[in-house]
Amino acid sequence: MTQPSLHEPALAVAHLTKSFFGRTVVDDLSFLIAPGEIVGLVGLNGAGKTTTINMILGVLAPSRGSVTIAGVDLGARREDALALTNFSAVYAPLPGNLTVVQNLRVFGMMYDVPDLTARIDEMVEMFDLARYRETRCGLLSSGEQTRVSLAKALLNKPRLLLLDEPTASIDPSTADTIRTHIRDYAQREQGAVLWTSHNMYEVAAVCTRMMLLSRGRILIEGDPRTLPGEHGMASLEDLFIELSRSPEEGTEP
Amino acid sequence: MKMRRIAAIMLRQIYLLRGSPTRVLPLFAWIAIDVMLWGFITRYLNAIASPGFDFVPAMLGAVLLWDFLSRVMQGVTMAFFEDVWSRNLLAIFASPLSRAEYVTGLVFTGICTSLLGLGVMIALASFAFGLSFLSYGITIVPGLMVLFIFGVALGVAGSAMVLRLGPAAEWLIWPLPAVLSPFASVFYPVASLPVWMQPLAYALPPSYVFESLRAITQGGQAHGSALAIALSLSLVYLAAAAGYFVHVHGVCVRNGLIARYSAESVS
Repeated sequence: MTQPSLHEPALAVAHLTKSFFGRTVVDDLSFLIAPGEIVGLVGLNGAGKTTTINMILGVLAPSRGSVTIAGVDLGARREDALALTNFSAVYAPLPGNLTVVQNLRVFGMMYDVPDLTARIDEMVEMFDLARYRETRCGLLSSGEQTRVSLAKALLNKPRLLLLDEPTASIDPSTADTIRTHIRDYAQREQGAVLWTSHNMYEVAAVCTRMMLLSRGRILIEGDPRTLPGEHGMASLEDLFIELSRSPEEGTEP
Repeated sequence: MKMRRIAAIMLRQIYLLRGSPTRVLPLFAWIAIDVMLWGFITRYLNAIASPGFDFVPAMLGAVLLWDFLSRVMQGVTMAFFEDVWSRNLLAIFASPLSRAEYVTGLVFTGICTSLLGLGVMIALASFAFGLSFLSYGITIVPGLMVLFIFGVALGVAGSAMVLRLGPAAEWLIWPLPAVLSPFASVFYPVASLPVWMQPLAYALPPSYVFESLRAITQGGQAHGSALAIALSLSLVYLAAAAGYFVHVHGVCVRNGLIARYSAESVS
């Protein structure tokens, strides 16, 4: 496998388009994410966020366009590209009939993680899972399951981490801890993060940049802390509501 | 292909089997029931039929060998269904695991579970009813290989069908061996089938195996050419099943079925 370059963007998405039965869900999307950057992908339900993530994960083929992860073309070298990434999503829980450690070991082997036992111990400690090591994931609370899913997502120290609403359905304290871990990870490992969320406070607190997606296209993009002021709004949430209610950019039919 | 990734698929099944007697029991239970049922039937037939013909290798042996094929198929499909039932397909196919590594992992799992079943089957049939697979001579080796390869092919094709049609299509897969058995001439010669069924029988590798084994139990010899045809056919079915799985995976990636698998949007 060719070693990925640290100078390459962690993610390069070019002209990404997906149509289902003549309906375009993601429309000519292009963006870059640099190593160490945490980018928020926000938008109304149905705006194309999860479809975009699925295409970056290789589980959905684009109608057009390309995805390059740390210089490795996903279309041409799927296995090599996916070895550099990982993900966590509320709709993809780890198998509930395996214990925390069993799940981490199985996925660690799939991602060919070196010195796996030590890395599992590190993840278990980082996400405060020591007391649940031998507990089946299906018996954990939704917050605990999210922490296990994040531990799995960081096992291989991915160059690109995809998080689809990682803090949905968990309490504010745990969510804050998770945000801290992800920020630390991006800084320490120079891993890039693409983070979808409906929580505008969270986006402003964590992301260095955000893209607001509407009808599969990027409507606005910038620093979540300065964007509201640039558009004459008091907060990111106000900006989101204003843009999503405008007639030409509202909810999809 | 990376062996470590294939081992991950197998390890997942080992964890599941280790922690769940309800998964371990079926590996032996149905085989044991079949051995008992058909063992007593053949013993009864031996008692009432004219002396000189032994029903044990002819019928009990045939039942057990067909059971072996079914166990191989189910070993592969069960490993796949575990990922379906736990909604794990998205995480599997979003990982660096290749399709070949995943299917190989399923097949290796099927090998392990079916060999366990085969061991129990041989021990029980031998101790309780005096059946010795050695009575088939060396023919049993290519015969088992053909049944094994064809069972794997059925398992891979069955998994592809469920991947394409959704979790509810599982019920189409379980009875597959039973549907094929009348054509595979497990208990009777191909010649006893109606003319329209005979080409179908000759298209199925197991029918050559059972014809050969029947010839041996009746004092004749197995035809090497027939077993060669069976082996070739089973390899063709295996290649076709692997191609079908790859094709179905490609379709699912194009239309987004993997990402929304539980929605069963095809059916």
